[in-house]
Amino acid sequence: MLKDITIGQHYPTGSAIHKLDPRTKILVTFALIVGLFLVKNFIGYIFVVSFIIMATIISKIPFKYMIKGLKPLYILITITFFINVFMTSGESLFHIGPLNVTREGLYQAVFMAIRLILLVVGTSLLTLTTSPIMLTDGIEHLLNPFKRIGIPAHELAMMMTIALRFIPTLLEETDKIMKAQIARGADFESGNIINRAKSLVPLLVPLFISAFRRADDLAMAMEARCYRGGDNRTRMKELRMVKQDIVGFAVAGTLIAVLVFLRL
Amino acid sequence: MSIKIEKLTHIYNPKSPFETKALDNVSIEIQDGEFIGLIGHTGSGKSTLIQHLNGLIKPSSGKIIINNLDITDTSVKLVEVRKRVGLVFQYPEHQLFEETVYKDIAFGPFNLGLTEKEIKERVKEAMELVKLSYDQLKDRSPFELSGGQRRRVAIAGVLAMRPEVLILDEPTAGLDPRSRDEILQQIKVLHEKYKNTIILVSHSMEDIAKLVDRIIVMHRGKVALTGAPREVFKQSSILESIGLGIPQITFLMDKLKEAGVHLGEDIFTVEEAKEEILKWIRGKRDA
Repeated sequence: MLKDITIGQHYPTGSAIHKLDPRTKILVTFALIVGLFLVKNFIGYIFVVSFIIMATIISKIPFKYMIKGLKPLYILITITFFINVFMTSGESLFHIGPLNVTREGLYQAVFMAIRLILLVVGTSLLTLTTSPIMLTDGIEHLLNPFKRIGIPAHELAMMMTIALRFIPTLLEETDKIMKAQIARGADFESGNIINRAKSLVPLLVPLFISAFRRADDLAMAMEARCYRGGDNRTRMKELRMVKQDIVGFAVAGTLIAVLVFLRL
Repeated sequence: MSIKIEKLTHIYNPKSPFETKALDNVSIEIQDGEFIGLIGHTGSGKSTLIQHLNGLIKPSSGKIIINNLDITDTSVKLVEVRKRVGLVFQYPEHQLFEETVYKDIAFGPFNLGLTEKEIKERVKEAMELVKLSYDQLKDRSPFELSGGQRRRVAIAGVLAMRPEVLILDEPTAGLDPRSRDEILQQIKVLHEKYKNTIILVSHSMEDIAKLVDRIIVMHRGKVALTGAPREVFKQSSILESIGLGIPQITFLMDKLKEAGVHLGEDIFTVEEAKEEILKWIRGKRDA
């Protein structure tokens, strides 16, 4: 159940996309998001979809795996779809009870659903091809110029690294505690909402305790190794832009140019 | 309760780059009332194996038959299985959550739907079994206790369900030598008293050699060796090759035997070895 969550998960295949500089990938993803919001008709989507498909093929990540990542979001996508179907005014097609389905609404709903799916797939491509450490490294570098206006780039990046680092650990821990309580006869699956909420206590209390214990241990370990923020820290692996990154930027730039052109 | 495991295979994350075969065609039979030591390195599949035994994870293929009941069958009520097969996880103290020791131990029996009176009896009994004072500790918070005491509370939480099969996953991990010996001693007493089936998982030969009837050695998802402790220890070269040793004292005894000193068999503890050696010395003096 918990293993279905692929957002933020790294899928190593060692492909060309995996080897790109994380800054390139972050900026391209960012451009893709902006581009998606520029798209006004389905022709634009064809370009975005082909870009994503191309990137997925190069990254050697199975399509099935990408689609699996959408699973936890289907509720959100369905809700958006129906809100759009029923809430957009325009030429009426048919009625379901008091609800009016319009041509514009249907169009809008499909359009929005595709946008949401592409947003999720596009961004999960970033996390699937980039290890969390590389990702935060990239973010830190990109935020560096903003240090002057008081944005704690290093601290933010460190916080993200730690948070990402602990997602699998906490999932594992949850799984373990859940199993231990099930072995003692706990039931997490049946009963009404109140009973179910109550049944979470044996899971959440140990989980919080362990999270605090881990945080404590980690802080101690960092302190013991003289961690004192990002000042004057050097890196073992410096980020360096190479030819492939320029190619990446060129492809993404072309895509954005096409999208802007279509919008005009 | 007898346990029969037939051709059990378990694969984690199938069809992804993280695919790992944790269990590979494992077949084991365990008789009613047997005390089993399950031993193997980290990643040998022992934790995966025991989680199958009360239906916490489903096998990729294979069968698990407990008392003639195939628990891999989808129609079987797993609650019934879990009632009879008690599983104490590694670091079980991490699962404590209640305000008082009493309430925490009562969690299992309460889930079984027992009466207040019965629950009280079982909590009392379970605390006695792990040598915790009922009157002194029942109203304390489990979080103010020492590590060893917390471990006992957690073990009592499973014992209070009176399982017919008790599985303990590394019950002594991270404890000081004294707590370790005490807990192992109590498990032994428990087995003698109730004659229930016990599976003790460990990676320390020293710990289990003196306790169990039979040892099952796991290596890379397969059963590498099985048999009574001394039979298994005879295969010391195989054990060495998979990174497990025989207890040091057994090793010493073997060396002495090779040197022509005749001592008794089945010596797994320093205490026994001392007696044997003294006997030998006395025998020599008299001769």
